[in-house]
Amino acid sequence: MMLSCKEATHLVSQGLDRRLGLAERVALRLHLAICDGCSNFKKQVAFLRKAMRRLAESD
Amino acid sequence: MKDFRSLVEGERPYLLRYARLQLRDGHAAEDAVQETLLAALAGEAAFAGRSNLRTWLTGILKHKIIDALRRLAREAPLAEDEGELEALFDQRGHWRDAPGDWEDPDALLGRKQFLEALERCLAGLPQKSAQAFMMREHLGFETDDICKELGVTPTHCWVLLYRARMALRECLQQNWFAK
Repeated sequence: MMLSCKEATHLVSQGLDRRLGLAERVALRLHLAICDGCSNFKKQVAFLRKAMRRLAESD
Repeated sequence: MKDFRSLVEGERPYLLRYARLQLRDGHAAEDAVQETLLAALAGEAAFAGRSNLRTWLTGILKHKIIDALRRLAREAPLAEDEGELEALFDQRGHWRDAPGDWEDPDALLGRKQFLEALERCLAGLPQKSAQAFMMREHLGFETDDICKELGVTPTHCWVLLYRARMALRECLQQNWFAK
C-alpha cells in the first residue's frame, strides 16, 4: 500500500507533533525512499522548526 | 543609574513586537504587554537578583499571551483556513509542483533579511493555524496542550499545524527561495 504525496506530507508533519505508529513509519519511509519532493518537504519543515527557534531567540 | 521603571519601559518595543508576532492582533498585543509591564512593576522584588530583565519580562509576557490566546480562541469562529492548500496536489494526491532542494538553508538562520521574510510569511497565515503553529514552534507547547487551549480535537490540531507548515513552506518558496 503506497502513500500518496499528500498523505505522506501529513505524516511528515504529524511526525513533528506525535510519535508515529510502526505501520505509519514504515509506509512513510518507503515513500520517502522513492520520492524526492516529499524528502525535500521533510527537510524543509525540519528547517522551519529550527528557523522558528532562531526567531524566538532573536530580537 | 536608571530606575527600574524606565528599564522596564525600555523593553516595551521588544515585548510588543514579540506579542504581535504571537497574537496577530494589535489590540490584544498591546493589552498583553501593558499587563506584563504592570505586573513587572508590581513585582520588582521578584526580579531582584536575576540578571536578565528581558528574559524575565518575556516569561511574564508568555503567560499573558497564553491568556489572550485562550480568549481569542473562544471568540474566533473555527471554520476557515481551507482551500488553497488543496491546490498543491492533484486528485491522486501527487504534488503539482514538487518541492525542490533548498540547498543549505541553515546558512540563512543568521541572516536578518531571511528572518524578516519568515515573519512576513507568518503574518500571512490564517488565524487559527497561525495560533497553533506559534504555540507549537515559538512558545514550545506540546500538541496536547495546544488542542486544549484552542478547544479543538487532536486531529484538528494536527491539521492546523500541517496547514501552517504547508503555507509557510510555500510562502518561503515563492518569496525567498525562488528569487
